Amino acid sequence: MSSLSEALWVLLLGSLLGLELIGKVPPTLHTPLMSGANAISGITLLASLTLIAQANGNQALLLLGALSLGFALYNVVGGFLVTDRMLAMFSRKTKSKSNSNANPGGS
Amino acid sequence: MDLSQMDLMEVFPYAIDLVAVLLLALGIKGLSKVSSARSANGLAALALGLAVVGLLVQLQPGSTAWLWIAAGTALGGLAGLITAQRVPMTAMPETVALFNGCGGMASLLVALGVALFQSSEPNLVSRISIVISVFVGAITFSGSIVAMAKLQGWLDTPGWTQSSLRHAVNLALAGLCLVGAIGLPIEPSGWALWLLLAASTLLGIGVTLPIGGADMPVVISLLNSYSGVAAAAAGFVVGSQLLIVAGAMVGAAGLILTQVMCTAMNRSLVSVLFGGALGATSGGGSGASSDAGYTRITSCSAEECAMALEQAERVVFVPGYGLAVAQAQHSLRELSKLLEAHGVEVSYAIHPVAGRMPGHMNVLLAEADVPYEQLLEMDIINPEFPRADVVIVLGANDVVNPDAKTDPTSPLYGMPVLEVDQARQVFVVKRSLGAGYAGIANALFELPQTAMVFGDAKAVLNGLLTELRGMGVGKTPVGSAAKAKT
Repeated sequence: MSSLSEALWVLLLGSLLGLELIGKVPPTLHTPLMSGANAISGITLLASLTLIAQANGNQALLLLGALSLGFALYNVVGGFLVTDRMLAMFSRKTKSKSNSNANPGGS
Repeated sequence: MDLSQMDLMEVFPYAIDLVAVLLLALGIKGLSKVSSARSANGLAALALGLAVVGLLVQLQPGSTAWLWIAAGTALGGLAGLITAQRVPMTAMPETVALFNGCGGMASLLVALGVALFQSSEPNLVSRISIVISVFVGAITFSGSIVAMAKLQGWLDTPGWTQSSLRHAVNLALAGLCLVGAIGLPIEPSGWALWLLLAASTLLGIGVTLPIGGADMPVVISLLNSYSGVAAAAAGFVVGSQLLIVAGAMVGAAGLILTQVMCTAMNRSLVSVLFGGALGATSGGGSGASSDAGYTRITSCSAEECAMALEQAERVVFVPGYGLAVAQAQHSLRELSKLLEAHGVEVSYAIHPVAGRMPGHMNVLLAEADVPYEQLLEMDIINPEFPRADVVIVLGANDVVNPDAKTDPTSPLYGMPVLEVDQARQVFVVKRSLGAGYAGIANALFELPQTAMVFGDAKAVLNGLLTELRGMGVGKTPVGSAAKAKT
Protein backbone atom coordinates (compact mmCIF):
# COMPACT_ATOMS: atom_id res chain seq x y z
CA MET A 1 0.00 0.00 0.00
CA SER A 2 1.46 3.30 -1.04
CA SER A 3 0.14 5.40 1.76
CA LEU A 4 -2.28 5.62 4.63
CA SER A 5 -4.41 8.26 2.97
CA GLU A 6 -4.87 6.05 -0.05
CA ALA A 7 -6.00 3.19 2.20
CA LEU A 8 -8.41 5.48 4.02
CA TRP A 9 -9.93 6.62 0.71
CA VAL A 10 -10.37 3.01 -0.26
CA LEU A 11 -12.07 2.33 3.08
CA LEU A 12 -14.40 5.29 2.68
CA LEU A 13 -15.40 4.52 -0.91
CA GLY A 14 -15.84 0.82 -0.15
CA SER A 15 -18.15 1.62 2.76
CA LEU A 16 -20.21 4.03 0.65
CA LEU A 17 -20.51 1.42 -2.09
CA GLY A 18 -21.63 -1.17 0.46
CA LEU A 19 -24.30 1.16 1.82
CA GLU A 20 -25.72 1.73 -1.65
CA LEU A 21 -25.52 -1.83 -2.97
CA ILE A 22 -28.60 -3.22 -1.28
CA GLY A 23 -31.66 -1.09 -0.91
CA LYS A 24 -34.77 -3.23 -1.05
CA VAL A 25 -34.40 -6.93 -0.34
CA PRO A 26 -37.42 -9.24 -0.53
CA PRO A 27 -37.76 -11.10 2.80
CA THR A 28 -37.33 -14.37 0.91
CA LEU A 29 -33.75 -13.45 0.26
CA HIS A 30 -32.75 -12.20 3.70
CA THR A 31 -31.24 -15.52 4.75
CA PRO A 32 -29.38 -16.26 1.48
CA LEU A 33 -28.11 -12.68 1.25
CA MET A 34 -26.82 -12.80 4.79
CA SER A 35 -25.19 -16.13 4.13
CA GLY A 36 -23.63 -14.91 0.86
CA ALA A 37 -22.31 -11.70 2.39
CA ASN A 38 -20.93 -13.80 5.23
CA ALA A 39 -19.03 -15.97 2.76
CA ILE A 40 -17.54 -12.85 1.18
CA SER A 41 -16.32 -11.64 4.56
CA GLY A 42 -14.13 -14.74 4.59
CA ILE A 43 -11.99 -12.77 2.14
CA THR A 44 -9.79 -12.21 5.16
CA LEU A 45 -8.08 -15.36 3.87
CA LEU A 46 -6.04 -12.94 1.74
CA ALA A 47 -4.50 -11.67 4.96
CA SER A 48 -3.80 -15.25 6.07
CA LEU A 49 -2.02 -15.97 2.77
CA THR A 50 0.04 -12.80 3.11
CA LEU A 51 1.00 -13.76 6.63
CA ILE A 52 2.18 -17.21 5.51
CA ALA A 53 4.05 -15.93 2.46
CA GLN A 54 5.89 -13.29 4.47
CA ALA A 55 6.62 -15.48 7.48
CA ASN A 56 10.29 -15.90 6.52
CA GLY A 57 10.39 -19.36 7.99
CA ASN A 58 9.03 -18.30 11.38
CA GLN A 59 7.25 -21.47 12.51
CA ALA A 60 4.80 -19.72 14.83
CA LEU A 61 3.76 -17.31 12.08
CA LEU A 62 3.34 -20.15 9.62
CA LEU A 63 1.18 -22.07 12.06
CA LEU A 64 -0.98 -19.07 12.94
CA GLY A 65 -1.28 -18.21 9.27
CA ALA A 66 -2.31 -21.73 8.30
CA LEU A 67 -4.83 -21.89 11.15
CA SER A 68 -6.34 -18.59 10.15
CA LEU A 69 -6.39 -19.69 6.52
CA GLY A 70 -8.29 -22.79 7.60
CA PHE A 71 -10.87 -20.79 9.54
CA ALA A 72 -11.30 -18.26 6.72
CA LEU A 73 -11.60 -20.94 4.07
CA TYR A 74 -14.15 -22.80 6.19
CA ASN A 75 -16.17 -19.59 6.15
CA VAL A 76 -15.74 -19.07 2.41
CA VAL A 77 -16.29 -22.60 1.11
CA GLY A 78 -19.07 -23.45 3.55
CA GLY A 79 -20.72 -20.06 3.09
CA PHE A 80 -20.87 -20.10 -0.69
CA LEU A 81 -21.99 -23.73 -0.89
CA VAL A 82 -24.72 -23.30 1.69
CA THR A 83 -25.95 -20.16 -0.06
CA ASP A 84 -26.01 -22.02 -3.34
CA ARG A 85 -27.97 -24.86 -1.76
CA MET A 86 -30.60 -22.42 -0.54
CA LEU A 87 -30.83 -20.53 -3.82
CA ALA A 88 -30.94 -23.70 -5.90
CA MET A 89 -34.30 -24.44 -4.33
CA PHE A 90 -35.75 -21.16 -5.51
CA SER A 91 -34.58 -21.50 -9.07
CA ARG A 92 -35.95 -25.04 -9.29
CA LYS A 93 -39.28 -23.72 -8.12
CA THR A 94 -39.58 -21.01 -10.76
CA LYS A 95 -38.72 -23.47 -13.51
CA SER A 96 -41.22 -26.14 -12.46
CA LYS A 97 -44.11 -23.65 -12.41
CA SER A 98 -45.87 -25.14 -15.40
CA ASN A 99 -45.51 -28.62 -13.90
CA SER A 100 -47.16 -27.88 -10.61
CA ASN A 101 -49.99 -25.99 -12.28
CA ALA A 102 -50.91 -29.09 -14.22
CA ASN A 103 -51.15 -31.28 -11.12
CA PRO A 104 -54.16 -29.88 -9.25
CA GLY A 105 -56.15 -29.80 -12.47
CA GLY A 106 -56.32 -33.58 -12.36
CA SER A 107 -59.23 -33.74 -9.93
CA MET B 1 3.17 5.17 -7.89
CA ASP B 2 4.40 5.96 -11.37
CA LEU B 3 2.23 4.12 -13.86
CA SER B 4 4.61 4.42 -16.78
CA GLN B 5 7.29 2.44 -15.00
CA MET B 6 5.16 -0.61 -14.19
CA ASP B 7 5.68 -3.65 -16.32
CA LEU B 8 3.05 -6.26 -17.07
CA MET B 9 3.90 -8.50 -14.14
CA GLU B 10 3.33 -5.62 -11.77
CA VAL B 11 0.11 -4.44 -13.39
CA PHE B 12 -1.43 -7.90 -13.47
CA PRO B 13 -2.28 -8.22 -9.75
CA TYR B 14 -3.78 -4.72 -9.70
CA ALA B 15 -5.95 -5.53 -12.70
CA ILE B 16 -7.11 -8.75 -11.07
CA ASP B 17 -7.91 -6.89 -7.85
CA LEU B 18 -10.02 -4.37 -9.75
CA VAL B 19 -11.95 -7.10 -11.55
CA ALA B 20 -12.45 -8.90 -8.22
CA VAL B 21 -13.86 -5.78 -6.56
CA LEU B 22 -16.20 -5.23 -9.50
CA LEU B 23 -17.43 -8.83 -9.37
CA LEU B 24 -17.90 -8.64 -5.60
CA ALA B 25 -20.01 -5.50 -5.92
CA LEU B 26 -22.11 -7.08 -8.68
CA GLY B 27 -22.41 -10.24 -6.57
CA ILE B 28 -23.75 -8.44 -3.50
CA LYS B 29 -26.12 -6.42 -5.68
CA GLY B 30 -27.37 -9.50 -7.53
CA LEU B 31 -27.95 -11.41 -4.29
CA SER B 32 -30.77 -9.02 -3.43
CA LYS B 33 -32.92 -10.07 -6.41
CA VAL B 34 -34.57 -13.48 -6.71
CA SER B 35 -33.87 -13.87 -10.42
CA SER B 36 -30.17 -13.16 -10.22
CA ALA B 37 -29.34 -14.40 -6.72
CA ARG B 38 -27.85 -17.77 -7.60
CA SER B 39 -25.58 -16.56 -10.38
CA ALA B 40 -24.58 -13.60 -8.19
CA ASN B 41 -23.45 -16.02 -5.50
CA GLY B 42 -21.29 -17.78 -8.06
CA LEU B 43 -19.94 -14.43 -9.23
CA ALA B 44 -18.87 -13.52 -5.71
CA ALA B 45 -17.20 -16.91 -5.30
CA LEU B 46 -15.37 -16.37 -8.58
CA ALA B 47 -14.26 -12.94 -7.38
CA LEU B 48 -12.74 -14.47 -4.26
CA GLY B 49 -10.96 -17.10 -6.32
CA LEU B 50 -9.56 -14.42 -8.63
CA ALA B 51 -8.38 -12.38 -5.67
CA VAL B 52 -6.52 -15.38 -4.26
CA VAL B 53 -4.82 -16.09 -7.59
CA GLY B 54 -3.86 -12.43 -7.99
CA LEU B 55 -2.40 -12.32 -4.50
CA LEU B 56 -0.42 -15.54 -4.92
CA VAL B 57 1.08 -14.21 -8.17
CA GLN B 58 2.05 -11.06 -6.32
CA LEU B 59 3.48 -12.78 -3.24
CA GLN B 60 5.25 -15.70 -4.90
CA PRO B 61 5.39 -17.77 -1.72
CA GLY B 62 8.33 -20.13 -1.15
CA SER B 63 8.05 -23.91 -0.93
CA THR B 64 7.65 -24.01 2.87
CA ALA B 65 4.92 -21.41 2.61
CA TRP B 66 3.15 -23.46 -0.06
CA LEU B 67 3.18 -26.45 2.27
CA TRP B 68 1.44 -24.50 5.02
CA ILE B 69 -0.98 -22.96 2.54
CA ALA B 70 -1.87 -26.44 1.32
CA ALA B 71 -2.39 -27.62 4.90
CA GLY B 72 -4.69 -24.71 5.79
CA THR B 73 -6.59 -25.06 2.52
CA ALA B 74 -7.15 -28.78 2.95
CA LEU B 75 -8.30 -28.32 6.53
CA GLY B 76 -10.71 -25.42 6.03
CA GLY B 77 -11.88 -26.35 2.56
CA LEU B 78 -12.74 -29.91 3.44
CA ALA B 79 -14.48 -28.97 6.67
CA GLY B 80 -16.48 -26.32 4.82
CA LEU B 81 -17.45 -28.77 2.10
CA ILE B 82 -18.63 -31.37 4.59
CA THR B 83 -20.53 -28.90 6.77
CA ALA B 84 -22.27 -27.33 3.78
CA GLN B 85 -23.45 -30.68 2.49
CA ARG B 86 -24.47 -32.24 5.78
CA VAL B 87 -26.27 -29.41 7.53
CA PRO B 88 -30.09 -29.60 7.36
CA MET B 89 -32.02 -26.62 6.00
CA THR B 90 -33.65 -26.12 9.39
CA ALA B 91 -30.27 -25.35 10.92
CA MET B 92 -29.34 -22.58 8.48
CA PRO B 93 -29.29 -19.69 10.98
CA GLU B 94 -26.87 -21.39 13.36
CA THR B 95 -24.71 -22.55 10.46
CA VAL B 96 -24.35 -19.01 9.18
CA ALA B 97 -23.46 -17.97 12.72
CA LEU B 98 -20.77 -20.65 12.93
CA PHE B 99 -19.23 -19.69 9.57
CA ASN B 100 -19.30 -16.07 10.59
CA GLY B 101 -17.55 -16.77 13.87
CA CYS B 102 -14.77 -18.56 11.97
CA GLY B 103 -14.34 -15.52 9.71
CA GLY B 104 -13.88 -13.37 12.80
CA MET B 105 -11.42 -15.89 14.24
CA ALA B 106 -9.35 -15.74 11.04
CA SER B 107 -8.96 -11.94 11.28
CA LEU B 108 -8.10 -12.28 14.95
CA LEU B 109 -5.37 -14.85 14.28
CA VAL B 110 -3.78 -12.69 11.57
CA ALA B 111 -3.62 -9.74 13.95
CA LEU B 112 -2.17 -11.93 16.70
CA GLY B 113 0.46 -13.28 14.35
CA VAL B 114 1.56 -9.83 13.28
CA ALA B 115 1.53 -8.48 16.84
CA LEU B 116 3.47 -11.35 18.37
CA PHE B 117 5.88 -12.59 15.76
CA GLN B 118 6.40 -10.03 13.02
CA SER B 119 10.14 -9.43 12.81
CA SER B 120 9.89 -5.83 11.68
CA GLU B 121 8.61 -3.39 14.30
CA PRO B 122 5.00 -2.49 13.30
CA ASN B 123 4.29 1.19 12.72
CA LEU B 124 1.53 3.14 14.46
CA VAL B 125 -1.06 2.54 11.72
CA SER B 126 -0.66 -1.20 11.85
CA ARG B 127 -0.68 -1.12 15.65
CA ILE B 128 -4.04 0.64 15.61
CA SER B 129 -5.23 -1.81 12.96
CA ILE B 130 -4.14 -4.67 15.21
CA VAL B 131 -6.25 -3.22 18.04
CA ILE B 132 -9.34 -3.04 15.81
CA SER B 133 -8.72 -6.44 14.30
CA VAL B 134 -8.31 -8.17 17.66
CA PHE B 135 -11.26 -6.34 19.22
CA VAL B 136 -13.76 -6.86 16.37
CA GLY B 137 -12.47 -10.31 15.50
CA ALA B 138 -12.80 -11.59 19.07
CA ILE B 139 -16.29 -10.11 19.52
CA THR B 140 -17.40 -11.59 16.20
CA PHE B 141 -16.06 -14.99 17.13
CA SER B 142 -17.41 -15.32 20.67
CA GLY B 143 -20.69 -13.56 19.81
CA SER B 144 -21.33 -15.83 16.83
CA ILE B 145 -20.56 -18.96 18.80
CA VAL B 146 -22.95 -17.89 21.57
CA ALA B 147 -25.60 -17.09 18.94
CA MET B 148 -25.13 -20.53 17.43
CA ALA B 149 -25.29 -22.26 20.80
CA LYS B 150 -28.48 -20.39 21.71
CA LEU B 151 -30.17 -21.26 18.41
CA GLN B 152 -29.15 -24.89 18.84
CA GLY B 153 -30.65 -24.87 22.30
CA TRP B 154 -27.30 -25.59 23.97
CA LEU B 155 -27.47 -22.36 25.92
CA ASP B 156 -30.34 -20.78 27.83
CA THR B 157 -30.76 -17.15 28.70
CA PRO B 158 -29.40 -16.94 32.28
CA GLY B 159 -31.54 -14.95 34.70
CA TRP B 160 -28.87 -12.42 35.65
CA THR B 161 -28.51 -11.33 32.04
CA GLN B 162 -32.06 -9.98 32.13
CA SER B 163 -31.34 -7.61 35.01
CA SER B 164 -29.45 -4.35 34.76
CA LEU B 165 -26.44 -6.22 36.17
CA ARG B 166 -25.49 -7.19 32.63
CA HIS B 167 -25.08 -3.55 31.63
CA ALA B 168 -22.64 -3.10 34.50
CA VAL B 169 -20.72 -6.23 33.55
CA ASN B 170 -20.57 -5.28 29.89
CA LEU B 171 -19.56 -1.71 30.69
CA ALA B 172 -16.74 -3.01 32.88
CA LEU B 173 -15.61 -5.33 30.06
CA ALA B 174 -15.77 -2.49 27.56
CA GLY B 175 -13.64 -0.44 29.97
CA LEU B 176 -11.04 -3.23 30.08
CA CYS B 177 -11.09 -3.37 26.27
CA LEU B 178 -10.41 0.36 26.20
CA VAL B 179 -7.46 -0.02 28.58
CA GLY B 180 -6.04 -2.79 26.40
CA ALA B 181 -6.68 -0.78 23.24
CA ILE B 182 -4.78 2.19 24.61
CA GLY B 183 -1.98 0.04 25.99
CA LEU B 184 -1.49 -2.11 22.91
CA PRO B 185 -0.05 0.42 20.43
CA ILE B 186 2.59 1.32 23.03
CA GLU B 187 3.80 -2.24 23.41
CA PRO B 188 2.27 -4.50 20.73
CA SER B 189 3.11 -7.92 22.15
CA GLY B 190 2.74 -7.28 25.89
CA TRP B 191 0.00 -7.56 28.53
CA ALA B 192 -2.29 -5.12 26.69
CA LEU B 193 -2.76 -7.56 23.82
CA TRP B 194 -3.89 -10.37 26.12
CA LEU B 195 -6.11 -8.04 28.12
CA LEU B 196 -7.76 -6.77 24.95
CA LEU B 197 -8.18 -10.32 23.63
CA ALA B 198 -9.73 -11.65 26.85
CA ALA B 199 -11.96 -8.64 27.48
CA SER B 200 -13.29 -8.51 23.89
CA THR B 201 -14.02 -12.23 23.88
CA LEU B 202 -15.97 -11.91 27.14
CA LEU B 203 -17.70 -8.79 25.86
CA GLY B 204 -18.89 -10.68 22.78
CA ILE B 205 -20.41 -13.29 25.08
CA GLY B 206 -21.84 -10.74 27.49
CA VAL B 207 -23.53 -8.76 24.73
CA THR B 208 -25.02 -11.73 22.88
CA LEU B 209 -26.10 -13.91 25.81
CA PRO B 210 -29.01 -11.72 26.99
CA ILE B 211 -30.59 -11.49 23.55
CA GLY B 212 -33.68 -13.63 23.04
CA GLY B 213 -33.89 -16.26 20.33
CA ALA B 214 -36.46 -14.29 18.32
CA ASP B 215 -33.96 -11.50 17.80
CA MET B 216 -31.02 -13.78 17.02
CA PRO B 217 -31.23 -13.38 13.20
CA VAL B 218 -30.70 -9.64 13.61
CA VAL B 219 -27.72 -10.31 15.84
CA ILE B 220 -26.21 -12.74 13.35
CA SER B 221 -26.65 -10.19 10.59
CA LEU B 222 -24.97 -7.56 12.75
CA LEU B 223 -22.11 -9.90 13.63
CA ASN B 224 -21.79 -10.60 9.93
CA SER B 225 -21.33 -6.89 9.39
CA TYR B 226 -18.66 -6.93 12.14
CA SER B 227 -16.75 -9.70 10.41
CA GLY B 228 -16.59 -7.42 7.36
CA VAL B 229 -15.10 -4.72 9.56
CA ALA B 230 -12.66 -7.26 10.99
CA ALA B 231 -11.61 -8.20 7.45
CA ALA B 232 -11.08 -4.54 6.55
CA ALA B 233 -8.97 -4.09 9.69
CA ALA B 234 -6.93 -7.15 8.74
CA GLY B 235 -6.49 -5.44 5.37
CA PHE B 236 -4.84 -2.50 7.13
CA VAL B 237 -2.68 -4.89 9.16
CA VAL B 238 -1.22 -6.68 6.13
CA GLY B 239 -1.59 -3.75 3.73
CA SER B 240 -4.10 -5.09 1.23
CA GLN B 241 -6.39 -2.60 -0.46
CA LEU B 242 -8.60 -5.32 -1.87
CA LEU B 243 -9.23 -6.62 1.62
CA ILE B 244 -10.09 -3.11 2.82
CA VAL B 245 -12.59 -2.54 0.00
CA ALA B 246 -14.22 -5.96 0.31
CA GLY B 247 -14.37 -5.78 4.11
CA ALA B 248 -15.82 -2.28 4.05
CA MET B 249 -18.38 -3.31 1.44
CA VAL B 250 -19.55 -6.36 3.40
CA GLY B 251 -19.53 -4.40 6.65
CA ALA B 252 -21.70 -1.62 5.23
CA ALA B 253 -24.02 -3.93 3.29
CA GLY B 254 -24.41 -6.09 6.41
CA LEU B 255 -25.43 -3.03 8.37
CA ILE B 256 -28.11 -2.19 5.80
CA LEU B 257 -29.38 -5.78 5.81
CA THR B 258 -29.54 -5.69 9.61
CA GLN B 259 -31.62 -2.53 9.37
CA VAL B 260 -33.92 -4.10 6.74
CA MET B 261 -34.42 -7.13 8.98
CA CYS B 262 -35.16 -4.98 12.02
CA THR B 263 -37.80 -3.12 10.03
CA ALA B 264 -39.38 -6.41 8.93
CA MET B 265 -39.65 -7.44 12.58
CA ASN B 266 -40.71 -4.01 13.75
CA ARG B 267 -37.83 -3.86 16.22
CA SER B 268 -35.24 -1.18 16.57
CA LEU B 269 -31.61 -2.20 16.61
CA VAL B 270 -31.12 -0.48 19.96
CA SER B 271 -33.92 -2.44 21.62
CA VAL B 272 -32.60 -5.69 20.14
CA LEU B 273 -29.11 -5.06 21.48
CA PHE B 274 -29.89 -3.55 24.86
CA GLY B 275 -33.53 -4.41 25.55
CA GLY B 276 -32.96 -8.02 26.61
CA ALA B 277 -35.19 -10.89 25.57
CA LEU B 278 -38.74 -9.84 24.66
CA GLY B 279 -41.25 -10.55 27.40
CA ALA B 280 -38.62 -11.97 29.70
CA THR B 281 -37.81 -8.57 31.17
CA SER B 282 -40.37 -8.99 33.93
CA GLY B 283 -38.49 -11.98 35.28
CA GLY B 284 -38.26 -15.69 34.65
CA GLY B 285 -41.80 -16.37 35.87
CA SER B 286 -43.56 -14.61 33.00
CA GLY B 287 -43.50 -17.65 30.74
CA ALA B 288 -45.25 -19.81 33.28
CA SER B 289 -47.85 -17.22 34.23
CA SER B 290 -48.87 -16.54 30.63
CA ASP B 291 -49.22 -20.27 30.22
CA ALA B 292 -51.76 -20.46 33.02
CA GLY B 293 -53.44 -17.25 31.86
CA TYR B 294 -55.55 -18.86 29.18
CA THR B 295 -59.19 -19.34 30.20
CA ARG B 296 -61.24 -19.99 27.07
CA ILE B 297 -59.30 -22.60 25.15
CA THR B 298 -61.10 -24.99 22.85
CA SER B 299 -59.16 -28.02 21.80
CA CYS B 300 -60.12 -30.55 19.18
CA SER B 301 -58.91 -33.74 17.62
CA ALA B 302 -57.37 -34.29 14.21
CA GLU B 303 -60.63 -35.89 13.14
CA GLU B 304 -62.68 -32.72 13.69
CA CYS B 305 -60.04 -30.70 11.96
CA ALA B 306 -60.07 -33.09 9.01
CA MET B 307 -63.86 -32.74 8.74
CA ALA B 308 -63.56 -28.99 8.56
CA LEU B 309 -60.89 -29.31 5.88
CA GLU B 310 -63.03 -31.65 3.87
CA GLN B 311 -65.85 -29.06 3.77
CA ALA B 312 -63.61 -26.09 3.04
CA GLU B 313 -63.17 -24.34 -0.27
CA ARG B 314 -60.23 -22.17 0.64
CA VAL B 315 -57.55 -23.26 3.06
CA VAL B 316 -54.59 -21.20 4.18
CA PHE B 317 -51.62 -22.74 5.99
CA VAL B 318 -49.51 -20.55 8.26
CA PRO B 319 -46.20 -22.35 8.75
CA GLY B 320 -43.88 -21.36 11.58
CA TYR B 321 -40.76 -22.59 13.26
CA GLY B 322 -42.61 -25.49 14.91
CA LEU B 323 -43.12 -26.90 11.43
CA ALA B 324 -39.41 -26.66 10.74
CA VAL B 325 -38.47 -28.29 14.03
CA ALA B 326 -40.83 -31.19 13.39
CA GLN B 327 -39.46 -31.52 9.83
CA ALA B 328 -43.10 -31.57 8.77
CA GLN B 329 -42.81 -29.64 5.52
CA HIS B 330 -43.10 -32.81 3.43
CA SER B 331 -46.22 -33.96 5.27
CA LEU B 332 -47.68 -30.50 4.78
CA ARG B 333 -47.00 -30.66 1.07
CA GLU B 334 -48.66 -34.09 0.96
CA LEU B 335 -51.72 -32.77 2.76
CA SER B 336 -52.09 -29.81 0.44
CA LYS B 337 -51.75 -32.06 -2.62
CA LEU B 338 -54.57 -34.19 -1.26
CA LEU B 339 -56.74 -31.14 -0.63
CA GLU B 340 -56.00 -29.74 -4.06
CA ALA B 341 -57.04 -33.04 -5.62
CA HIS B 342 -60.28 -32.59 -3.69
CA GLY B 343 -60.81 -29.19 -5.31
CA VAL B 344 -59.71 -27.09 -2.36
CA GLU B 345 -57.82 -23.88 -3.02
CA VAL B 346 -54.65 -24.04 -0.95
CA SER B 347 -52.19 -21.28 -0.17
CA TYR B 348 -49.46 -20.61 2.35
CA ALA B 349 -49.18 -17.38 4.30
CA ILE B 350 -45.56 -16.45 4.84
CA HIS B 351 -44.78 -13.87 7.49
CA PRO B 352 -41.58 -11.93 6.74
CA VAL B 353 -39.92 -13.42 9.81
CA ALA B 354 -41.57 -16.83 9.81
CA GLY B 355 -39.17 -19.42 11.12
CA ARG B 356 -36.18 -18.13 12.96
CA MET B 357 -34.78 -16.10 10.17
CA PRO B 358 -36.41 -13.99 7.47
CA GLY B 359 -36.84 -16.10 4.36
CA HIS B 360 -36.23 -19.29 6.33
CA MET B 361 -39.73 -20.66 5.70
CA ASN B 362 -39.52 -20.09 1.95
CA VAL B 363 -36.36 -22.15 1.86
CA LEU B 364 -37.95 -24.98 3.86
CA LEU B 365 -41.12 -25.14 1.80
CA ALA B 366 -39.16 -24.95 -1.41
CA GLU B 367 -37.28 -28.01 -0.19
CA ALA B 368 -40.62 -29.86 0.04
CA ASP B 369 -41.54 -28.87 -3.53
CA VAL B 370 -44.27 -26.43 -2.59
CA PRO B 371 -45.02 -24.39 -5.73
CA TYR B 372 -43.51 -20.94 -5.43
CA GLU B 373 -46.71 -19.15 -6.44
CA GLN B 374 -48.65 -20.65 -3.51
CA LEU B 375 -46.37 -18.90 -1.03
CA LEU B 376 -48.08 -15.59 -0.38
CA GLU B 377 -46.39 -12.80 1.50
CA MET B 378 -48.14 -10.95 4.27
CA ASP B 379 -49.35 -7.92 2.30
CA ILE B 380 -50.97 -10.15 -0.31
CA ILE B 381 -52.54 -12.74 1.96
CA ASN B 382 -53.90 -10.43 4.67
CA PRO B 383 -56.85 -9.11 2.60
CA GLU B 384 -57.60 -12.73 1.66
CA PHE B 385 -58.09 -14.07 5.20
CA PRO B 386 -61.80 -13.04 5.45
CA ARG B 387 -62.40 -15.29 2.41
CA ALA B 388 -60.60 -18.27 3.93
CA ASP B 389 -62.78 -21.08 5.27
CA VAL B 390 -60.08 -22.76 7.30
CA VAL B 391 -56.73 -21.47 8.46
CA ILE B 392 -54.26 -23.93 9.95
CA VAL B 393 -51.47 -22.40 12.01
CA LEU B 394 -48.54 -24.81 12.24
CA GLY B 395 -46.06 -23.97 14.93
CA ALA B 396 -46.35 -20.22 14.45
CA ASN B 397 -47.31 -18.06 17.38
CA ASP B 398 -46.24 -14.44 17.73
CA VAL B 399 -46.70 -13.67 14.02
CA VAL B 400 -50.42 -14.44 14.26
CA ASN B 401 -51.08 -12.67 17.58
CA PRO B 402 -53.98 -10.20 17.06
CA ASP B 403 -52.79 -8.21 20.12
CA ALA B 404 -50.11 -6.74 17.91
CA LYS B 405 -52.87 -4.76 16.16
CA THR B 406 -55.29 -4.08 18.99
CA ASP B 407 -53.53 -4.01 22.36
CA PRO B 408 -51.18 -1.04 22.84
CA THR B 409 -49.86 -2.57 26.06
CA SER B 410 -48.64 -5.71 24.31
CA PRO B 411 -44.87 -5.87 23.73
CA LEU B 412 -45.70 -6.98 20.20
CA TYR B 413 -47.89 -3.92 19.54
CA GLY B 414 -47.17 -2.48 16.13
CA MET B 415 -45.51 -5.58 14.73
CA PRO B 416 -47.08 -6.48 11.40
CA VAL B 417 -48.93 -9.78 11.83
CA LEU B 418 -50.89 -12.20 9.69
CA GLU B 419 -54.57 -11.38 10.24
CA VAL B 420 -55.56 -14.97 10.84
CA ASP B 421 -58.35 -13.93 13.21
CA GLN B 422 -60.34 -12.70 10.18
CA ALA B 423 -60.83 -16.24 8.90
CA ARG B 424 -64.01 -18.25 9.53
CA GLN B 425 -62.27 -21.07 11.32
CA VAL B 426 -58.78 -21.32 12.74
CA PHE B 427 -56.93 -24.43 13.88
CA VAL B 428 -53.72 -23.94 15.79
CA VAL B 429 -51.41 -26.93 15.77
CA LYS B 430 -49.09 -26.62 18.73
CA ARG B 431 -47.34 -28.92 21.14
CA SER B 432 -48.57 -27.13 24.25
CA LEU B 433 -49.94 -23.83 25.42
CA GLY B 434 -46.42 -22.59 26.12
CA ALA B 435 -45.69 -19.04 25.12
CA GLY B 436 -44.02 -18.30 21.80
CA TYR B 437 -40.50 -17.13 21.22
CA ALA B 438 -41.39 -13.68 22.45
CA GLY B 439 -42.78 -15.21 25.66
CA ILE B 440 -46.20 -13.58 25.30
CA ALA B 441 -49.72 -15.03 25.57
CA ASN B 442 -51.59 -15.19 22.28
CA ALA B 443 -55.12 -13.77 22.19
CA LEU B 444 -55.81 -15.76 19.02
CA PHE B 445 -56.01 -18.99 21.01
CA GLU B 446 -59.01 -17.73 22.98
CA LEU B 447 -61.10 -16.50 20.05
CA PRO B 448 -64.39 -18.37 19.53
CA GLN B 449 -63.47 -19.51 16.02
CA THR B 450 -60.12 -20.93 17.15
CA ALA B 451 -59.54 -24.53 18.14
CA MET B 452 -56.24 -25.95 19.33
CA VAL B 453 -54.96 -29.23 17.96
CA PHE B 454 -52.29 -30.31 20.42
CA GLY B 455 -49.38 -32.33 19.15
CA ASP B 456 -46.22 -32.34 17.14
CA ALA B 457 -46.80 -30.69 13.74
CA LYS B 458 -45.70 -33.76 11.81
CA ALA B 459 -47.80 -36.18 13.86
CA VAL B 460 -50.89 -33.97 13.52
CA LEU B 461 -50.42 -33.55 9.77
CA ASN B 462 -50.00 -37.29 9.30
CA GLY B 463 -53.10 -37.80 11.42
CA LEU B 464 -55.02 -35.41 9.19
CA LEU B 465 -53.77 -37.25 6.12
CA THR B 466 -55.02 -40.57 7.52
CA GLU B 467 -58.39 -39.10 8.46
CA LEU B 468 -58.89 -37.44 5.10
CA ARG B 469 -57.88 -40.55 3.19
CA GLY B 470 -60.27 -42.51 5.40
CA MET B 471 -63.04 -40.16 4.32
CA GLY B 472 -62.15 -40.92 0.73
CA VAL B 473 -60.81 -37.45 0.01
CA GLY B 474 -58.65 -37.38 -3.08
CA LYS B 475 -59.73 -40.82 -4.25
CA THR B 476 -63.17 -39.88 -5.48
CA PRO B 477 -64.17 -37.04 -7.81
CA VAL B 478 -65.11 -33.76 -6.18
CA GLY B 479 -68.69 -33.61 -4.93
CA SER B 480 -69.37 -37.33 -4.72
CA ALA B 481 -70.31 -38.78 -1.37
CA ALA B 482 -67.54 -39.80 0.98
CA LYS B 483 -66.81 -43.48 0.89
CA ALA B 484 -66.97 -45.60 3.98
CA LYS B 485 -63.72 -46.47 5.68
CA THR B 486 -62.03 -49.44 4.12
